[in-house]
Amino acid sequence: MQKNKPKVPPVRTGGSFFLTAPYLVWMVIFILIPLGVVVFYALTDPATGLFSLDNLGKVFTGAFPKVFGRSIWYALLAALICLVIGYPVAYYIAHRKPAVQRFLYMLVMLPMCMSFLLRTLAWVGLLRDTGIINQFLGLFGIGPLPLIRTTGAVILGMVYNYLPYMILPLYSIILKIDPLLIEAAEDLGCNSRHVFTKVVLPLSLPGILSGLTMVFVPAVSTFYISQKLGSTGTTMIGDVVESQFKSANNPNLGAALSLVLMIMIFICVGLMNRFVGKDHREDVVV
Amino acid sequence: MKKVFALFLAVLLVAMAGCAQMATQGQTGTDGSNSTAGNDSEEVTINVYNWGQYIAEGDEGAMDVIAEFEATYPNIHVNYTTYDSNETMYSKLKTGGISVDVIIPSDYMIARLIDEDMLLPLDFDNIPNYQYIDEAYKNTAYDPDNVYSIPYTWGTVGIIYNTKYVDAADVGGWELLWNEKYAGKILMFGNSRDAFGIAQYLLGYDVNTTDDAELQACADKLIEQRPLVQQYVMDEIFDLMENEEAWIAPYYAGDYLLMADENPDLAFYHPSQGFNFFIDAMCIPSCAQNKEAAETFINFLCDPEIAGGNMDWIGYGTPESAAKEYMDPDMVNSEIAYPPQEVLGKGTTFLFLPQETNQRMEELWLQVKTN
Repeated sequence: MQKNKPKVPPVRTGGSFFLTAPYLVWMVIFILIPLGVVVFYALTDPATGLFSLDNLGKVFTGAFPKVFGRSIWYALLAALICLVIGYPVAYYIAHRKPAVQRFLYMLVMLPMCMSFLLRTLAWVGLLRDTGIINQFLGLFGIGPLPLIRTTGAVILGMVYNYLPYMILPLYSIILKIDPLLIEAAEDLGCNSRHVFTKVVLPLSLPGILSGLTMVFVPAVSTFYISQKLGSTGTTMIGDVVESQFKSANNPNLGAALSLVLMIMIFICVGLMNRFVGKDHREDVVV
Repeated sequence: MKKVFALFLAVLLVAMAGCAQMATQGQTGTDGSNSTAGNDSEEVTINVYNWGQYIAEGDEGAMDVIAEFEATYPNIHVNYTTYDSNETMYSKLKTGGISVDVIIPSDYMIARLIDEDMLLPLDFDNIPNYQYIDEAYKNTAYDPDNVYSIPYTWGTVGIIYNTKYVDAADVGGWELLWNEKYAGKILMFGNSRDAFGIAQYLLGYDVNTTDDAELQACADKLIEQRPLVQQYVMDEIFDLMENEEAWIAPYYAGDYLLMADENPDLAFYHPSQGFNFFIDAMCIPSCAQNKEAAETFINFLCDPEIAGGNMDWIGYGTPESAAKEYMDPDMVNSEIAYPPQEVLGKGTTFLFLPQETNQRMEELWLQVKTN
């Protein structure tokens, strides 16, 4: 099987430039300028407003490295759990009749129509010591079990909130897999396990990759989930950034933390792309 | 995915348009220079930014203060939003980009706002009801010449606990918040000044200390407490204490009275080592757009009948003796809302701290929460 040669890019004309102009304007106003502001704040002293590397220096001291490490670890776990849960769901949806597909697709999207804060609060109501689950268990004399304010609860919250971001890209990629390829593999003597590991899984790698990225990136910078579902020992970097803007009135440190977080996310995503991308080539390009 | 993304952008745009509209609404009436409050036909919107659960809003038969105001002054519309701590309010004002006409910060924060030129001097001709404010609440340390602020309430900080779970023998001082028996059931203040204040009372330091070693020792004490703390909270405390998710919490006495209405097992005491006595006062920040209407609103809140109905519900102390006539006698006689003099004598006020100390405290506070 040979990877398709990329098509020759169309010659850039004045027309296509005008078509991209709205997005360029959008990008400058809402991405580049704010990014510049973040960099500016990160590199200035809160008291004097002069250039300073102190904020960036502080990011690597005290408890911050631990908090960064914790955030990345939680987000990775959440992304992997989303993959394990999301892949079969996406596979199942992609193999239904189109009408059923549309319905199931909508069901996956449905929770996203509700505020993520509300959905997290709903988990608080379920999990807490006086919550619905523990009250139910209490009827049988069990508990209260320590469900809330644990690492598990934080990861649960992230998996629950970000699962659609895993399922949707996986679904659209699995949908595009040519059924003829699967038939061919079967004709050539693959059992169903091999069909999956040798054909379906490699072909869905791009979906896995974008799913992992789309879960990992928002999860690593998330706030609120760990405040509501976690303990005082599960603070994530997003919570620290929020506190610097919300109450500590130190946007400079907050900006420095965000900047470092952004760079770390780029590195993580880059590594993931490289790692998975390499396997991808080996498996797909024969 | 593209469709989803496009939809998302569309929603975002609509939301932004909504915000922009809200921002301009806040400014209507400022264009006409003759927009006098009340009598003029021109509509004015004032943005009132207050603590959460800090005005009677008509719950359980209480007075609805804002509705009463809008009925009395039909030309003035109140846009009411809340904050959960002085520090949050300060950060929001400092960041700028908003227009707020009335704020109700605490004493030490008022001093800080005055120091940083963030308040406007009040025109007392528009606030004749100032006459009802008791002398004891005038010429205070935070506003010695009565220029920028008019007292709204006063109150004390103490410990709220649930008598069903907490041993009467453990009750008495601030050390209850460090009692390992109640690990995971203890709540703690989610703002730096109140949290450090508790450590300072416990360790016997001055609550207005600028000494770095003392602040460091307080931070160490708070770090020691952290594994026992369920959450650092502000207004979430109502829900957590009423539903018995947590058993012990330091908070404002007036809010205890609200919680006790919902859960009669809750009790309150003023810790023996001393506690914070505070005054919250109404001010007009320098970003105000409708100063005169804001003064009308402040004057309305000082009306003894309104103040009485309001205090009945919020449970904090009124700085107007005249208002007590309009209040429920049970509230006036409550030893928690109006502690006897021998208790009140142990209260100390938070004073203005220099900027370095505030910054240092925030730094240490962050360490407490992340270490």
